[in-house]
This record gives sequence, C-alpha cells and structure tokens, in this order.
Amino acid sequence: MTTRLGVRRILMGAAAPLLAIVVAVVVTSLILLVAGDPVGAVWAQLFKVPLPRQIVAIINAGTVYYLSAIAVAIGFKMNLFNIGVDGQYRVASFAAALFAGQGWLPGWLNVIVALLVAMASGALWAGIAGLLRVTRGVSEVISTIMLNAIATFLVAFLLSKTAVKVVGSNATNTKPIPEGSRVPGISLDGLIATPSRVYGLIVLAVVVGFLYWFVLNKTRFGFDLRATGRSETAAVASGVNVKRMVFTSMLLSGAAAGLVGMPLLFGQDYVYGDTVQSGLGFAGIAIALLGRNNPIGIAFAALLFAFLDAQGNGLQITAGVSDRLVLVIQGVIVLSVVIAYEVVRRAGIRLEQRTVAAQLAEQARTPLEGARS
Amino acid sequence: MRHATKLAAIAAAAALSLAACGSSSTPSPGAGDTPAGTGGAALKVGMAYDVGGRGDQSFNDAAAAGLDKAKTELGVETKEASAVNGEAESARKERLQQLIDAGYTNIVAVGFAYAKSVGQVAKANPEVKFAIVDDASPDSAGPNVDQITFAEEQGSYLVGAAAALKTKSNHVGFIGGVQTDLIKKFEAGYVAGAKAVKPDIKIDVKYLTQPPDFSGFSSVDKGKAAAEGMYQGGADIIYAAAGGSGGGVFTAAKAAGKLAIGVDSDQAKTAAPDVRDVIMTSMIKKVDVGVYDFIKSVKDNTFKAGNRVFDLAAGGVDYSTTGGKIDDIKSKLDEYKAKIISGEIKVPTS
Repeated sequence: MTTRLGVRRILMGAAAPLLAIVVAVVVTSLILLVAGDPVGAVWAQLFKVPLPRQIVAIINAGTVYYLSAIAVAIGFKMNLFNIGVDGQYRVASFAAALFAGQGWLPGWLNVIVALLVAMASGALWAGIAGLLRVTRGVSEVISTIMLNAIATFLVAFLLSKTAVKVVGSNATNTKPIPEGSRVPGISLDGLIATPSRVYGLIVLAVVVGFLYWFVLNKTRFGFDLRATGRSETAAVASGVNVKRMVFTSMLLSGAAAGLVGMPLLFGQDYVYGDTVQSGLGFAGIAIALLGRNNPIGIAFAALLFAFLDAQGNGLQITAGVSDRLVLVIQGVIVLSVVIAYEVVRRAGIRLEQRTVAAQLAEQARTPLEGARS
Repeated sequence: MRHATKLAAIAAAAALSLAACGSSSTPSPGAGDTPAGTGGAALKVGMAYDVGGRGDQSFNDAAAAGLDKAKTELGVETKEASAVNGEAESARKERLQQLIDAGYTNIVAVGFAYAKSVGQVAKANPEVKFAIVDDASPDSAGPNVDQITFAEEQGSYLVGAAAALKTKSNHVGFIGGVQTDLIKKFEAGYVAGAKAVKPDIKIDVKYLTQPPDFSGFSSVDKGKAAAEGMYQGGADIIYAAAGGSGGGVFTAAKAAGKLAIGVDSDQAKTAAPDVRDVIMTSMIKKVDVGVYDFIKSVKDNTFKAGNRVFDLAAGGVDYSTTGGKIDDIKSKLDEYKAKIISGEIKVPTS
C-alpha cells in the first residue's frame, strides 16, 4: 500500500510540471496562430538539439538562474516575497567588481574575499527591507521593489564615479579584475567538442544548493524557519523569535542574491558595467515557483529557462519571429504551473479521499465478519 | 505560504509579459528575402541591431536604411536580428555566431554593447568581415573589424544652437534615453551649443533610464511622460536623444503645441506622420552611410580595418532642414558649422 502511494506521489509530482509545459505549448501555439507566425518553424527552432557551444551556454545561464532562484526560494520558505533579488545582486556585483578590480589581494584570495564582499553587500541591501519589516511592519514586497529602483540609481551613480575610461569606448565599466584573479572555466572537451567553457563558479551554485537543502531540512534553524513560514502563531507557541527569523532569512536571501552575478563577473565579464545582464532577479522568482522551492526542482527549472533563452536567441534568424516570444512562453509556463499544481493537488485530494473511503469501508466490513466467526 | 506563492506567480508572469511587450519592434517580414534578379553569389550581410531594433525610427532605423540601400543598389542578401533589453553577453556573441553559421559572413553590429562580442567572434572567425557602430575600443579592434564612430557632440552643438536661437521662453530641454557615456556626449554638445548662443539659457536635462536598464531607448511612454513634465515646466523645445522613445517626446510636443528636435535619422521624415510637423530639426548621425560604405567596401574588395570617424568635416553628423522650420537661422548655424570644422570651436564631449 505504501509503495503504491509512493509511486502515485512521484507520478503526481511529475504530472504538474509536464501538464504545465503541455499547456504552455498549446497556449503559445495559439498565440502564434493568431499573430500569423509560423508555428512549425518556431517549435522546430525551440526544440532542436542544441550545438555543443549552446549546451555550455545553457549550463552557464542555468548556473546564474539557479543562484537567483535559490535566493528567492529562501524567502518563500519563510513566507517572505523577496522581489529585491534583482537590486541585491546588482549592488553586490558592483561592490565585488569594484573590490576585486583594485587587485589589493593576490590571486584566489582576491576572489574569495570578493565573494564575501558580494554576500555582505547583498545581505546589507536585503537587510534594509528586513529591518523595515520587523521594526515598522513595512511589507517586504513594497520595500524591496523600491530598493530595486534605488539600487539602479545608486549603482549607476557610483559606477559613473568609479568607472575607468577606455579610449574609443562608449561603455562604462569598473576597473577590470586582474588576470590572476579570474576564475578559469571548466572544459568539457571529453564530453562535447567546443572551445566554450563552463563557468568555474558553477561550484558555487552546487554548494549553495546543497547548503539550502541541508540548512532547511537538517538543522534546527531550518525547521524553525519552515515552521514560521507555515504558521507564525504555531512558531511563536513553540518559542521561536519570529522577528529574528524574518530578519535572518532576509539576510540569508540577500547574501545568496549577492552571489548571483559572481559567475558572470569572474568567468566572463571581469568588470561591472552598463552592459551587464539585468533582470536576473525577476527570472529567479519564476524559476523558484517552477521548481517548487526544491533544490533539485529549481535546478531543472533553471536549465529549462536557460534552454528556452538559448534556443530562443535564434528565433529571429531561423523563424523570422521576435525572440520576445520566449518571454511569452516563460510567462505562460509560470502561470500554467500554478494552475496545474492546483488542478493536480485537487485531483490528489479526491484520489486520497476515495482511497481512504475504500479503506474505511473495508475496515467496517472486516470486524463484522470477525464477529460472526 | 500559498498566498505568497500565488502573489509571486502573478507578479512573475506580469513581469515577464511586460518585458515581452516592452518593445514595439518585430522583425520585418522582408528580412532575409533575396532581392530579385541577383545571382547566387550575392554578398550576404547579417545585421545585429541594438535594443529597439528595426522600426525605432531613429538609431537602428538609420542603420537599417544603410542596409536597405545596399540591398537595392548592391544586391546583397540580408538577415537581421535585434538585441533584447538586459540580455547576457553570451546572447550577443551567440547572435553574431548564428548569423555567421547561417552563411551571413559580413556582419554589422549596431551599438557599443556589441564591442566585446564583436572582438571575440571576429577573432574566432578571421575570414568574416565585421563592422561595429559606436565603438572604437581595443575590445572590438581586429584585422577584420571596421569600427565606425561619430562626433555626436558636434551635431548636437548645432541643434543646441538652433534650439537657443528659436526658443521664445529662453528655456529648452534635453531628454536622453539611457544615461551612458555615449548619450552624455549628445548632452554636452547640445548644452555647449545652446549656451554659445544664449549664455543665460535654462536647460532641463533628463535621462529616461539608468544602465543596465536600456529600455530608455525603446519606451515611448517614458519619453512622453518626461517631455510632458518639461513642457509644463516652461521649456518650449526639447532635444530627444532617446532612440525609439523619441516618438513619445514628439507626441507630447504635439499635444503641448511646442517643438522637438529629432535624433540619428531625419525624423521629420521617419517619425509617425501626425507628429512630423513638431520636429524643428534633427541631429543626423549618418549610421546609414557608415553601414553602406562598409558593405560597399567589402563588395569592392577595398575593406579596411580600423576606426573610421564620421565627424562634421566628414559629413558624418549634421542637422536637417526638412520642414523649413529653421530656414531663417540656417546661415547662423552654418557659421557655427564652419567654425567647428576649422577647429575654432572645440566642442566638449562630457
């Protein structure tokens, strides 16, 4: 009986994301039809086998998305909606780039301290929202949205003050990180033939993912955090200091957000400038939802988003369709996921009720039979 | 828990869909068509636009005009793709590489954001010829790269002088798309030109977005809101150095019965027909000439790598006279023009 329930649970777990993706494909196809775009060509481009260099790009983009989604998920577990990951990672990336660019420390030491700088500044920026929430009761939704806007202006201002001018360039960048403090990429030569390399800091994503799982599920702090997220009153009754939990989880979420830009900084850009990738924090929200705040689920969701991004890049060239279509698909997937989970959850409850009813009916019959003999 | 999740879902979906409709541009249906009557050996040119893409009536359209001219006059085959706001560096590289993979072995990259990707992809594909607009840095330099840059501050100086000569309230405005060093050059020239005519003139300056948010080049609504504020504050002429967002500035000018100055293209010809009459003049940045010259040089086997500067002397920047609104001050503007060309006036860049 228990194994059958286990199998059913796994099937139910897989059913929701699959249902969501099928719904997303159908809805997007309808949109394409209405817009008069070539449906077949679009799906052929999106689902064709990626080239080796594109596989590397998918892994790399997935790494960054993963970190962002974990930062958002830490908040979700605590019933906090940290929309501010976007601002937090930009503040942190700038601070880390500025620090590492000075080259005060040699080689790897520079990298490690810069990572700490990033975590500290991400936590600091998120901490403002945390502090406002616990002292003045300001919703973190509101404060983090505002802090995102402030972060944009603050970083743009500080960047203009600290930028290093290159003759002939119109870009504004911080001082480049010295050669010795760049994190070398991991070559996949044995597996696929491409000169592109996977970000060395993919290790960071793995470590953060593991810590997320470990702290939440295997420590008392994690238990308290989840308990507070589910029911504040119950947590208070069991002696948890809710305010401290809120503030701490906001700091942790911010520290994780601080790491989002690090694979980009140390593995690709080596500077923080006005052409860095933006919007990673918002993608993280969608990915955390899609992955159901589960460290493995988020990894799949991050790779799916990265896959769609990479495949969507060629849409304009091969299908003559705007690559913004990918954003539509991603949005539809997120909506479908929420709906699909609800549908599957209700179906699950109905199934369970039927099973329990059958069991009860059986039990009700057995004692009677026993009494007769 | 469930409540926060649902709220988050709605917000996430909204953010994604807003991003999706952030730009009005779609790849033109004609992109990729082979012009009729050309042989199989037609030159193949791939063009990677900046944020906003074809249809922004300004910067990208100026580049597109050069491509279209090459298509009709030189019979080249073309393929176009445009950048997305906030995209990763790897996405830019991948776009250039995919154009090359599709057989388009002459690449035009529009905008300085492509500097690093052009440098790297050019190195990896030494047989492919590249042109990059708005960058002359070591990042993009290479033996197969034509770096096309402009003296935007010189053209902006002239339209600044025109604004100062034409203003009745002694109060003009400047709206920049994104506060990058490039757009600050437009501002610096404009302010210098206006002050040269009227040292006591009041100049409002506003940028629509801060990097890395480049939506300021493609948000008509933001341009409109900023311009409405400036016109209500007393400015009567606004210079819109904001790419596709300029359309919003023109709409606001029309509603307020005031004037505006266009950018990059001769916008009295390229803007929406109903707002063309508010465009007093435009600072023309001849991206089309740069692009066309690159394609022609490849076709004629006269390609030369390195930086080509399009300044006032080379006719790379200028002011437009379409609509006849500045005919009365043309002689004065041409005096300033001659002085800049002769070096008597040095226009600041920041």
